[in-house]
Amino acid sequence: MGRWLVGRTLQALGTLLIVLLLLFILMRLAPGDPLSRLSDDQPLSAAEIASLRARYGLDRPIAAQLASFVGGLARGDLGASIEYGRPVSSLLAERLPATLLLGGAVLLLNFTVGIWLGVRQAVGRGAWADRWLTMLSLAGYATPSFWLGLVLAWLVGVRWRLLPAAGMHDPLLDPDAGLLTRSGDVLRHLVLPALTLSVVSIAGTMRHQRSSMIEALRLPYIVTARAKGLSEAAVTWRHAWRNAVFPVLTLFGLWLPVLVTGSVFVESVFAWPGLGSLAARAVGYRDYPLLMGTSLLVAVLVVLGSLLTDLAYAVLDPRVRLS
Amino acid sequence: MTRVLQVENLRVSFPDGAGHRFHPVDGVSFELRKGETLALVGESGCGKSLTSLALLRLVPPPGRVDAGSVIRLGDTDVLSLTGEALRRIRGRRIGMIFQDPMTSLNPVFTVGDQIAEGVRAHFKVSRAEARDRALRLLQEVGIPDPDSRLDAYPHQLSGGMRQRVMIAIALSAEPEILVADEPTTALDVTVQAQILEVLEALRRSRGMAVLLITHDLGIVAGRADRVAVMYAGQIVEEAPTGELFAHPSHPYTQGLFASVPRISGPVQRLTPIGGSVPPANAWPSGCRFRPRCPKAFDKSELPPELLAVGADHRMRCWLADPT
Amino acid sequence: MTAIWDSLGRAWRTTRGRAGAVVLLAVAAASVLGPFALPDPLAQPNILGGAILPPSLGHPFGTDELSRDVLARVVSGGRVSLTVALLAVGLSVTLGALVGLVAGYFGGAVDAALMRLVDGALAVPRLFLLLLLLAVSERVPLAVLVLLIGTTGWFATSRLVRGEILRLREESYVWAAAALGANRRRIILRHLLPNAMGPLLVAATLGVGDVILLEAGLSFLGLGVQPPAPSWGGMIMDARQVLVTAPWVGIFPGLAITITVLSANLFGDALRDAVDPRGA
Repeated sequence: MGRWLVGRTLQALGTLLIVLLLLFILMRLAPGDPLSRLSDDQPLSAAEIASLRARYGLDRPIAAQLASFVGGLARGDLGASIEYGRPVSSLLAERLPATLLLGGAVLLLNFTVGIWLGVRQAVGRGAWADRWLTMLSLAGYATPSFWLGLVLAWLVGVRWRLLPAAGMHDPLLDPDAGLLTRSGDVLRHLVLPALTLSVVSIAGTMRHQRSSMIEALRLPYIVTARAKGLSEAAVTWRHAWRNAVFPVLTLFGLWLPVLVTGSVFVESVFAWPGLGSLAARAVGYRDYPLLMGTSLLVAVLVVLGSLLTDLAYAVLDPRVRLS
Repeated sequence: MTRVLQVENLRVSFPDGAGHRFHPVDGVSFELRKGETLALVGESGCGKSLTSLALLRLVPPPGRVDAGSVIRLGDTDVLSLTGEALRRIRGRRIGMIFQDPMTSLNPVFTVGDQIAEGVRAHFKVSRAEARDRALRLLQEVGIPDPDSRLDAYPHQLSGGMRQRVMIAIALSAEPEILVADEPTTALDVTVQAQILEVLEALRRSRGMAVLLITHDLGIVAGRADRVAVMYAGQIVEEAPTGELFAHPSHPYTQGLFASVPRISGPVQRLTPIGGSVPPANAWPSGCRFRPRCPKAFDKSELPPELLAVGADHRMRCWLADPT
Repeated sequence: MTAIWDSLGRAWRTTRGRAGAVVLLAVAAASVLGPFALPDPLAQPNILGGAILPPSLGHPFGTDELSRDVLARVVSGGRVSLTVALLAVGLSVTLGALVGLVAGYFGGAVDAALMRLVDGALAVPRLFLLLLLLAVSERVPLAVLVLLIGTTGWFATSRLVRGEILRLREESYVWAAAALGANRRRIILRHLLPNAMGPLLVAATLGVGDVILLEAGLSFLGLGVQPPAPSWGGMIMDARQVLVTAPWVGIFPGLAITITVLSANLFGDALRDAVDPRGA
């Protein structure tokens, strides 16, 4: 398996290289001039524009730009944000944890609620609950996350005043408050954005878990398990689910791009200080270096996530592990 | 000899998609005595596998055992059991072996785990004790080097060894009856004989009754005490093995014997039975073998009952009472 | 091609397939015919001092912050969204089929190179690709928007088609055709392509829902369809300011999106089951 791991990692690295190339090409292909936006707010003289061009290296030939781009990356330098005026890398580092927290919460909800519902649906296949859950999940899948976020923010946050609907911290919270209080505060702020983002992903998880579970329950070793006198719970979870979870695991890798996309909208709606809202802001300010840096980081996360799920699959399935 | 299993008028039905139900098993009756082997012989489509599944109430939905059927294990009425009580007879009083050991074993658990699981489902023993018993069972079924095999996964074993593991699993809760559904069909010819030897040895040492289900007349000779031939959901002939082989009386049985190639004796043409097995949702009226029977006559239009043709030898054919 | 009609018919005969198709056709019909029956969505009777009216008989969806009839705008926005979706998906599916066909049929280095490119492209979420392409420019005309969305959506389809081609290449009737002397073009056009059409159609139908959501999201961020042309996403963006006092302004466009995407997905699902040779 070691050999497979090395090969798979190399493949991931290769993909990242192509991503780099792709992003760079996109940058140059994009219609319009990155610096034009700057001069919207305050008119710049020709000399100032020229010096900005030089600063961002936009006046050099393409090949040279690519070389310095890659070179900078190797050093961990992603350029400077046009809007914030600070290094992109530090901005990304600042905002990454919030997105990871949100993503983590969503994955947790997926892995518990999503999987459990999917299994229940499969076991009670065709029943009233199964059909309603299917409809619900299809509807959830079709709902735009930014709209759902707004509706929830309005209903739960404003009308019913149950939970906070903006930001990650309560600005009025005592700065000396204990860790528990501060964590509780963050958690309360986490609920609505996590719920919104989960709706779409849980819909997908439920569907896939349901169908892979139905497949698994049809297999002959399930009959063997029952014939042994095992309880239904043992048959469902120990035998069927242990096999049905694999397809769902591999799909987590595919879900990452969806989650990341959704986070752009959800973080914006709820003012959650993560990478998604950063990207949305960068768009508004035409902050190209920041947008590039964010896209790159997102691609890294996606590739890494895909690698990890493949690894998890290999570790959990003895047929792969021992070959 | 004591009767350990009594089956009377067993009928299994399935919905036919048009609101009605058809009966792949249509009034099967037999009994199993302690220490004896009964072979249930028939081609695919005759209902023999469903019969065996019905014994443990494992008929897959939407199929079900119809009212009026009787399955009695000693004093216990199997068809009236539910939940925990049903679970307690599965594996503990009747053990089952299935046809294809590759798909009948869970690929993600070790062989030892799956055997020990069977033990712990019915006996309150520690994991270590269960593992011990699993080891002893592996020895009993003749697996070489059982220590190392305990932690092997099904895909790491050969077909013959996997089937031995299935036997070990079936025996893990020390049942008094063993049902073997086509135990050798998926195996190479050389391995088939070995598996049958193992079954025979276990039967003798444990004093179990065995229900051997097969389409292969060849493995019946010398291994079964009695034989019941099934066709179109019914038993069409039953007799002690020697008697059946010496005097096959039902035209279907005679046809089966005539279509089996023999190594010894004069070289003859094989005479297959003309026509094909009727589908379960369209049993012919009257005698179900009539469309294919070379000896059909006018009385064949009536459904025949089991009539005596000799000592302890009955057949479902009007030729025994042509008037 | 009759196989496609068969699949469509089979999908139509299922409950969800029919429900999805009916609603989708209704939305399409409304967006085509609506502007004739409803007030002009761009008309602003009262820019200043106009009331934001809640839903009533005169305005079933109410009016928005510029006193425009919300129903008219939703219907009009639907026209834009559906057009963009259909055109963009058409482009994606065509590109994907082309690339997939080339990769699957010619194999070797061509296949490897193309698929590595696809791997890389799939690692960056489509939204980010579009953000990068759209962020820098001033307002893009609708045609450019369609082009950009279309060219970022062919990656998964190409993998799908390639997979189908690889599978079909091994089918005996392709061998038979080659043995009978059929040339490459004939094999591709007559044998490989028609059989890959089924999964392509499914991908296209499901893709329509994806693009509607994507375009709405872009409009919500200010990057998609530019005002004053109405778009569902743009309406929701504008509605943010009056969300607390006039929630209907934002709710109805969102409902429109959900219902349209849901019906596209329902039909696509039914179609997928109908196309799958293994049966539902």
